Amino acid sequence: MIFAQADEPFVRWDWIGRNLDDLWAATQEHIILTAIAVGVGLVISLALSIVALRWRKTYTPITWVTGVLYTIPSLALFAFLVPITGLTRLTAEIGLVSYTLLILIRNIVAGIDGVPGSVLEAARGMGYTPRRMFIDIQLPLAMPVIIAGVRIATVTTIGLVTITALIGQGGLGFFILRGLQFFSAIGTTQILAGTVLSVLLAVAADLGLLGLEKLLTPWAKHKAAVG
Amino acid sequence: MEFLGDVLAWFLDPENWKGPAGIPSRMWEHIQISVVATVAAAAVALPPALWLGHRRRGGFVAVAAVNIGRAVPSFAIMALFLPISIRLGLGLGFWPTLLALFALALPPIFTNTYTGVRDVDPALVEAGHGMGMTDGEVLRRIEAPMASPVILAALRVSAVQVVATAPLAALVAWGGLGRYIVDGFAVQDNVRVLAGGVLVALLSVTTEIVLGAVEKRVVPKGLTTTEEVIPGAHA
Repeated sequence: MIFAQADEPFVRWDWIGRNLDDLWAATQEHIILTAIAVGVGLVISLALSIVALRWRKTYTPITWVTGVLYTIPSLALFAFLVPITGLTRLTAEIGLVSYTLLILIRNIVAGIDGVPGSVLEAARGMGYTPRRMFIDIQLPLAMPVIIAGVRIATVTTIGLVTITALIGQGGLGFFILRGLQFFSAIGTTQILAGTVLSVLLAVAADLGLLGLEKLLTPWAKHKAAVG
Repeated sequence: MEFLGDVLAWFLDPENWKGPAGIPSRMWEHIQISVVATVAAAAVALPPALWLGHRRRGGFVAVAAVNIGRAVPSFAIMALFLPISIRLGLGLGFWPTLLALFALALPPIFTNTYTGVRDVDPALVEAGHGMGMTDGEVLRRIEAPMASPVILAALRVSAVQVVATAPLAALVAWGGLGRYIVDGFAVQDNVRVLAGGVLVALLSVTTEIVLGAVEKRVVPKGLTTTEEVIPGAHA
């Protein structure tokens, strides 16, 4: 083991200069892993939320199951999946998707529930069918709360993607993991590069989604997320 | 099926229950560092959170804490404390793990305690002052008990998060149950990986259930734990 010398710099900027291509490729990989996870998570959550809203009794079991999934540590979940699906992107995505469900379902249901009864009454009076009412009225009015949930799920997923480096995926997590194997400034530089880029990605995604929300709901005040 | 039999055989093998790499010793390492990290984080985060909540000031700190906690990956925090710890001469293993888990537990405890105290019905606070209570008394005898469901839930959420993140400590040369998973990945021993996964999941779920039960007993009668708390970053 080589330990850092006291006179060695903490960060080796030259390493970053030499590895810009790899850092960019890992960033793209990170974005793809996150986008798939949040996209698939959103589709599943929307379906489960519709079930929960249609049959109220299913809401508690749905949040209970997704809550248990959320409690299982990611490393343990990957440990369960690797013997079945191997060190693959599929394994990473199953884990990442399952952690988005609780947050998304809670926000979708809370958002739809928050639509004022008088609005629904008016829509019904105007002859809206339940399906049209859901698509044209309830979903748009619930959008601020739903997007608040998507923001939390996205930022959380961007952080979790780094852990999938342990199963050979990981995007920017690759540099964090590899940095741990050097006990020198080169190692620290890699850890810092992976961390800083991941945080920047999270901030950018959060701001981007905030912008999208303002674009989609020009009439709304901005509401806080459920959890 | 054969594979699950192998996992069962792993658990039944007396060799896996002995010595420093055995289950009891790994479990103890895991619990020990999780308890120290959570208690230390509570000791540091609670006093300022209670006081700022009482003064109803510093909301931006609470919001920033939880947002930063979410944006910085827990894996990155664990990794970053390794070079820092080495620089400080604290070495590998215990210290980087403890510092990282401590840093992870701070935001949810701070933010939830702060909001819990701040959101106590102002009429009750006013009544306390009207009865001649000092600030300290209002905080101790009205606000803290009223906010106790949220505060305890925040401690539970942080503790579970710490237990769930501690497996990553195997990467910075600490023991704990994560060793089985990380070492199993490294030598492609799926039996050990799955056994480790089972142990980690069991410990997390047990922590959640035990602390949930403690919460029910400790919270004053008449206050129910219906409030949602803000979780920190997922691990």
